[in-house]
Amino acid sequence: MGAAALREQFDSFLGGPLDWRTRPLPETVPSGIADIDLPRGALTEIVGPASSGRTSLLLSILAAAAERQESCALVDAEDSFDPVSAAAAGVCLDRLLWVRCAHNAEHALKAADLLIQGGGFGLAILDLGDTPPATARRISLTSWFRLRRAVENTPSVLVSMARQPLARTCATLVLECARDQAVWSGASPWGAPAARLLRHVRARATSTQRRRACSHVFTAAAI
Amino acid sequence: MFACLHGSGDLAALAFDFSPLVERTAADTVTFDVSGLDRLFGHPHEIAAAIARRAAERQVKASIAIADNPDAAICAARGFTGTSLIPHGDEAKFLGGLPLALLSPNEGLAETLERWGIRRFQDLAALPPLGIAERLGPEGLRLRELARGEAERKLLPLADALSFEDAYEPEYPVDLLEPLAFLLARLLNGLATRLATRGLATDELRLRLKLENRDTLERTLRLPVPSLDTKAFLKLLQLDLEAHPPASPVVHLWMAMNPVKPQASQSGLYIPMAPEPVKLELTLARIRAVVGQDRVGSPELLDTHRPNAFRMREFRAGGAAGRRADIRLALRLFRPPRQARVAVASGKPNFVTAEGVRGKVLDLAGPWRTSGDWWSMDPWSRDEWDIALSDGALYRIYCEPKGWFVEGNFD
Repeated sequence: MGAAALREQFDSFLGGPLDWRTRPLPETVPSGIADIDLPRGALTEIVGPASSGRTSLLLSILAAAAERQESCALVDAEDSFDPVSAAAAGVCLDRLLWVRCAHNAEHALKAADLLIQGGGFGLAILDLGDTPPATARRISLTSWFRLRRAVENTPSVLVSMARQPLARTCATLVLECARDQAVWSGASPWGAPAARLLRHVRARATSTQRRRACSHVFTAAAI
Repeated sequence: MFACLHGSGDLAALAFDFSPLVERTAADTVTFDVSGLDRLFGHPHEIAAAIARRAAERQVKASIAIADNPDAAICAARGFTGTSLIPHGDEAKFLGGLPLALLSPNEGLAETLERWGIRRFQDLAALPPLGIAERLGPEGLRLRELARGEAERKLLPLADALSFEDAYEPEYPVDLLEPLAFLLARLLNGLATRLATRGLATDELRLRLKLENRDTLERTLRLPVPSLDTKAFLKLLQLDLEAHPPASPVVHLWMAMNPVKPQASQSGLYIPMAPEPVKLELTLARIRAVVGQDRVGSPELLDTHRPNAFRMREFRAGGAAGRRADIRLALRLFRPPRQARVAVASGKPNFVTAEGVRGKVLDLAGPWRTSGDWWSMDPWSRDEWDIALSDGALYRIYCEPKGWFVEGNFD
């Protein structure tokens, strides 16, 4: 019996042709921005310069995980996490494990690796947002590959945040943030004294995925 | 099979040498389960001989009886001196000659039986059960069963004073952690086995090391849930001793485990994902060894208006569900705040220079004046500004009596 006949017999048994080559899409979780979902069991990168809205997006992802009652871990390389901002964004601080690495990116990588290997966290974040680019670039691709392998086949979402893309091919999804506009209220600051406030920041998150690329605008309210 | 000791001395301790199931029947009588001891000692008479030898070692003077049921053993131990072995099925015959007073009948019953001329076990055992039930009631029937050696019941076990501790004194002082780990593993495995045989687990482990310089190092590990995972305990102890190494070689080890009932939890399909507690504790210990002991945990906001007021507390998986709000602009803090040089024009910041921050102020809001704790020894006050700099970022700066600082950037 030839291979074609065998395949035909197998397909008739299954009730239709089976797609052997296409891998099933990974399960995703909402990021807090419409139409941008983060894949489970994969590495997602959020990149952008300072004040581009990436931390606001990260807190939104943490809040969404807290809403799902998942335990979250934040490995903070530069000790820059602000619990007050997080609580205001709806992050459940009880469910958050915060690892403060005191400006040591190497320690942050080790801690992230241990957390992923330990398992059980719905969301693990590696925050390299304020790490100097020269230091961040020294992280070898092997380290990223190791993190990707560790999170594969687990239901955890691994997110890394930096000023520029670091993980390259190891990242399944890259979200690039850029600030469109900072909106202030009130009269010009240089005129007469008046009540003036930083109202919100409008930012753009551009996702570069293998299958589709899209750009979404989100607004991070300051008050 | 049950054994009974009747006499004087520390009978319970003697019984616990042979069985964990011991009943203190009376002040001078102890009954215990010896089922299964035949694998260790052989026939019942060899078990009885072993008990007698141990009694002599412990200086206990007692008569010993072994029978198929506890009450027959008790009657034999009280009725006969020395060692009595009641063969299976011959209880009534063996006990027949004993006086009824051994069964301690109540006053009315004793008087009735005396009037009937029933004075020995065999007399009562020979009476028909229906007649006894009609005339003496259930208590009479119970006495008849005891007299025939047919009464079946469970022992009411005496609670053993549970103490799970062990010590070890190496032949020479141990100065490296690796060989010390072998000794710790030995103590851990022994204690864990003792806990497991009683169906217990532990949630607290205490280690006391006596050092060569006559100092003592004490460490206590607490687990979020009871466990018996000796590998995890050993790794936790190793990590703890790496973080707090002994100042001198170790000459004596003492370890104790707090016995608690193991926690049984039912997992479900819809329970959210959370780390397994013992594994989490091990992961956290490993991370603490990398980043520092006080740098891992959950942040807890303090009830104060003082900026950046929080404390770290131990992370426990679980807690209330979060409530997602709209996307809020987050502040990324510089820890410590960066000291800045600020050029002020018309009372407002005009140009800011700090480590990694430099630019002309393009837009600003402020000042927001805050202060607090002026009633305490540690008052604070500051004027905050939210600024947009020419370097493209948004910052929060503040001015306090010590000078200007950049607190962080909005991101």
